[in-house]
Parts: sequence; C-alpha cells; structure tokens
Amino acid sequence: MKYVIFFMCAASFVASSLTGRINELSNAALTGCKEAVTLSITLCGAIAFWSGIMNIANRSGVVSFLSKIMFRPLSLLFPGIKKNGKAMQYIVLNFISNLLGLGNASTPLGINAMRELKEEENCDKTASRNMIMLVVMNTASIQFFPSTIVALRASHAASNAADIVPCVWIVSLCSLSISIISVILFGKFTARRNKSNE
Amino acid sequence: MNELTDFIVPIVILGVIAIGIIAHTDIFDAFTEGAAEGIKTTIDILPALIILITCINMFKASGCLDILTNIVSPITSIFGFPDECVPLIFVRPLSGSGALSMFDGIISEYGADSIVGRVASTMMGSSETTFYTVAVYFGAVKIKNSRYAIPAALTGDMIGWIASALAVRLIMP
Repeated sequence: MKYVIFFMCAASFVASSLTGRINELSNAALTGCKEAVTLSITLCGAIAFWSGIMNIANRSGVVSFLSKIMFRPLSLLFPGIKKNGKAMQYIVLNFISNLLGLGNASTPLGINAMRELKEEENCDKTASRNMIMLVVMNTASIQFFPSTIVALRASHAASNAADIVPCVWIVSLCSLSISIISVILFGKFTARRNKSNE
Repeated sequence: MNELTDFIVPIVILGVIAIGIIAHTDIFDAFTEGAAEGIKTTIDILPALIILITCINMFKASGCLDILTNIVSPITSIFGFPDECVPLIFVRPLSGSGALSMFDGIISEYGADSIVGRVASTMMGSSETTFYTVAVYFGAVKIKNSRYAIPAALTGDMIGWIASALAVRLIMP
C-alpha cells in the first residue's frame, strides 16, 4: 500500500510539473480531505442502518439456517476436509457472513478457517489448494444486497438506486464461478506438473 | 424489471424484521447494536479515505489518470467497457476506500442513471479488494507462498469487469 501511495504522488508531481498543471495539483491535494469527510457522512447513516438490519437477521438465526443449506454444496468445493471438522464450519460461516454483508464478522471467521485448514492439512509456509480456494472465494464478492453502493447511488439522485442489484447478482455469480473454476484448473495443472517432476 | 427492483429495498427490510419477530428477537436492541458497529466502521475507514482521496485527486488533476486510461481503453472498449470506468479496474483490487471514493466521483460526474454510472455500480457491487484480502488471509496464518491464488482471483475479477459492461448494456433499459 505504501508504495502505491508513493507512486501515485510521485507520478502526479512529475506529470503535472511537465504539463504545467502544478496549481491544479495543489488544489486537488488540499480539497481531498474535505471530500473524504463528506463521503463518510453520506455513508455513515446507510452503513449504520444496514448493519443494524443485518444484525437482526444474524440474531434471528438466519446465519445458522443458511449454513445448514450451504453446507453440502460448499463441502464439495473443499475436497479432503473433515466434514464435521472446525475448518469446514468456519468456511460455511465465513461464506454466509459474506452473503449477508456482515463485513465485520466474515474476516475473523475466514481467518479462523485458514488457521484450522493450516493445522488440518499440515501446511508450513506454502498455501494448500483448499486454502487458496477459500481466499479466492473471499476475493469475489457474493454480497446479496450491496447496501453501500445502493446508498451512494441514492445520494446521487438515482431514479431507482437498487435497479443495479440484478446486474450485480449476475456479475457476482459469473465472477465467482470463474474464480472457482480457475482454482480447480490451476490445482489440477500444478498437481499434474508435480507428479511428472517426481 | 424496473417495477420489480423497486421492491428490493422494502422487501429486504420488511423480510428481516418479520423474521426477527417470528424468531422472538429483540429487534430494537439487535438493530441498535448493529448500527453502532456500522458507525464505528465508518469512522474506522475515514483516515484511510482522507489519504486515498487526496492521492486519487492528485493523480486525476495531474493528468496521469488520463494517460493510464488511454493505454488500456483500446482493449477494454472491445467489450463495450466505458473508458470512464477504466480507472476503477486498477483501484478496485488494491483499495476498498480508494475505489469507493473514485466511484463516488464517477457517479457525481456522470450521473447514477447513466451507463457509466451503472457499470461502475455493478463493478463495485460485484467485486472485492482482491490484493488486500489475499494479503490479510495469508498474512494472518503466516503463509509466504500463495501459489496461484492471485492469478485465479484476478481471472475472476477480469471476467467480472467485462460482465459488468455486458450485463448493464443487455439488461438495463
């Protein structure tokens, strides 16, 4: 992250000195902080509201209900893991929290799942296929209701702020399945290469 | 389609509250607890937003962003991907708050109901901060070699970007 920030600042400085836009650059730098505060105030209410709604769902047992449904399909994606083991339990809970957009809950659950996977599969410093599958599934968004995006659209006077939700579902599904297929294919390919090396 | 999506927000809210009532949850207490956590999240991301928005503003004002967009747009425009959304491709996998502020800029400039605004919304809603997630998950359990995790995740992201443009153009009126 620190390199990204340095690169962006340095590149901006060089480019604007060359094109004579140094004045615009100073203005941009000085107004950024105000924009950040405005954006958080715009978002604060919506994030708080949806976190509140999702916490009701969470406490009402929606998470454990969905976990039961998703257990079988998910365990197919993680071959060789104990069906009733802790790792699998955490994986399912992590998935469901992502689905409901419980951001604060899903990361700790996912990390617990990683820890259990590491122990169960005896990994040292190299990731196992199942660990990669879990991480890659977390890099694809599967949130059922993209509340932050909808809230921002509403604040910018969208005629119907939630009208992009069906598009988001289709694209999420598309990108999640491609991610999963890539892990399976990469896994098969590297397994074969390891075998031929032996 | 439009009439159906009008119902999404009220149905989600009503559905959750109804489930809460059926499950005998103290919905007021559960809501306020969750909302308090949400406010904390907003405050937690503010410091990151301040530096990232400043950086992105500088990058934009200096013309660097235009140069970057010009390099990539011949490839992305093949898929009907709007040039205005190209910067998101770079920022989204790196920084969640950075992408959020860039998205805010895009919809305030082009409008939430424009094709550009809708493609950007779909991209934001259907993706995650890939590099950050990989770093946090593997870092937390001290895995040094992530093997094919990044290539697999980025393949998914790339298909997602293309699909965002296609989905918006095909589905939205």
